[in-house]
Amino acid sequence: MSSVNTTAHSVVEPTPTVKRIAGVIVILYALVTMIPLAWIFLTSIKSPPDSISYPPKIVFTPTLEGYCNLFTTRTRQTPDYIQSLPPATGTCDEITRSRNMVIAGPSNYWPRFGNSLIIAFGSTFLAVSLGTLAAYGFSRFRVPLADDLLFFILSTRMMPPIAVAIPIYLMYRQFGLSDTALGMILLYTAVNVSLAVWLLKGFIDEIPREYEEAAMIDGYTRLHAFWKVVLPQATTGIAATAIFCLIFAWNEYAFAVLLTSGSAQTAPPFIPTIIGEGGQDWPAVAAGTTIFLVPILVFTIILRKQLLRGITFGAVRK
Amino acid sequence: MLARSTPTTIAARVRGLSDRAIAWLFITPTIALLLAINIFPLIWAVYLSFTNFRANRPNAEVVGVGLRNYQRVLNDPDIWIAMQTTAHFVFWTILFQTVIGFALAYLIDRKFRGHAFWTTVILIPMMLSPAVVGNFWRFLYQPQIGLFNYIVSFFSGIPPSSFEMLGSVTLAPWAIIVVDTWMWTPYVMLICLAGLRSIPDYIYEAAEVDRASAWRQFWSITVPMALPFIMLAVLFRGIENFKMFDMVMLLTGGGPGSTTEVASITLKREAFESWLTGRSSAFAIILFVAVFGLANIYVKALNKVKQR
Repeated sequence: MSSVNTTAHSVVEPTPTVKRIAGVIVILYALVTMIPLAWIFLTSIKSPPDSISYPPKIVFTPTLEGYCNLFTTRTRQTPDYIQSLPPATGTCDEITRSRNMVIAGPSNYWPRFGNSLIIAFGSTFLAVSLGTLAAYGFSRFRVPLADDLLFFILSTRMMPPIAVAIPIYLMYRQFGLSDTALGMILLYTAVNVSLAVWLLKGFIDEIPREYEEAAMIDGYTRLHAFWKVVLPQATTGIAATAIFCLIFAWNEYAFAVLLTSGSAQTAPPFIPTIIGEGGQDWPAVAAGTTIFLVPILVFTIILRKQLLRGITFGAVRK
Repeated sequence: MLARSTPTTIAARVRGLSDRAIAWLFITPTIALLLAINIFPLIWAVYLSFTNFRANRPNAEVVGVGLRNYQRVLNDPDIWIAMQTTAHFVFWTILFQTVIGFALAYLIDRKFRGHAFWTTVILIPMMLSPAVVGNFWRFLYQPQIGLFNYIVSFFSGIPPSSFEMLGSVTLAPWAIIVVDTWMWTPYVMLICLAGLRSIPDYIYEAAEVDRASAWRQFWSITVPMALPFIMLAVLFRGIENFKMFDMVMLLTGGGPGSTTEVASITLKREAFESWLTGRSSAFAIILFVAVFGLANIYVKALNKVKQR
């Protein structure tokens, strides 16, 4: 079999024409699929009038107004009052004044973005830590009812978030966890740990048991062997799992909108609420969206090879 | 054989915790967390579903009402309409995502130059936040200023302001189906790609020797061999789209009227706007049982296909 597979030019190698046609169709699809994202970025560097002009403007003078509006709150003032102010101190100040407004203070964007960071990283750390331990437990020991437990862990993901949100909402209100970062971290950890256990069990299953056995013959305890031998071997799997947990916690909306309202609110429920004068301030929304998407774009590029394992719960081994 | 039996005997002799203790020590925290934040709320929801409790009146007397909540949910025409709407979304999104996703995977599997790069580009939409994306698509769908209407009218000649994707009863469901397909086709594509890559070359070579046509090879080798993977993608997308919430919430909020009101939106309205906690819990349990049951039946079918 291997001799067949390793032939340089197998019989089924597509012809150059087939390859070229396939390439053209896929590239066209990729370009069309990127239009909405390109549009988000373009809108973020438009002025509000340019963003809503018709026909949609492809050529325009870029401005940082959207980003300034995203980061600040502004109040309208009379031109006389603005004249009386000392000279503008920066680009944002200048842009704001040219619209007959002055900056009143910072907006909530960075605090919400910060909440997203704290909650996403906190829950990822916990989910991956707990998941690694449990995955090792399921992988190496004969746990009673292991298959049932694993299925139970998986089935917790079938519940619509809104359905568990009702009792969680009541429970959190009781324990003072509503609208706290801790509450959200625990919640996202619980949601992510099922993914983490399933993914990591697949990775740990592939590390030969002989490595630990050898270490234990050398006098290591089981815990010591786990720490010194298994963990370093599982690093790639742990990293891939972490990125998946991170993406989920970063993007989650349903729990966030129901269980947080103020101090612990994350960015996904916040961004749609950015309002300018007379409706949604699209350049500011686009700026907020662009900044929010950047970490995920970076992750996608770093992680593309491990993606498959993650999205299929490790059900596809390849 | 020897290697397999050694660890237990060694573990028994070495100092430190016994294997059994370590197994429990490692697994218990995860189980405990899931019990606290998944199972306990679920049991609570079951309990609430038999009561008249309302979360906005925590001090009112809680009375058991037996199966009345379930009876009411099952007899409520609005809820059946929401279930139909959900089924409609699940059907069309899965159909489009599977057809386009499989086609893309098939083309990428031709391994044209630069296929790895373009695959990564195609994957980007599925990594984004559905809520943030849904919010921005609302802008793209604006009849007067949106890019979507502009592009459609550019190619079709229909005036852009004459159709309103999110405000029209007939178009709003399709507006959501378009965004969901845009976002999740890459997911199906990725799983199909794994399926196609798992087909060994020698099968095609044998078919080539037998002079089977390309068309015949596609239907007798490619599709059947990739089928378990396609079915897996359908399962994952089915479960996710049954729970669909964030994107719908931000695109239409269930409107216009209730044309895009999927089950999760109805549930949110009953639980967090009407505060009918008991009744919405009953609805939640019915939904969970439905997904769980359907998923189990489906997995049985999937295993049969795998064994063929």
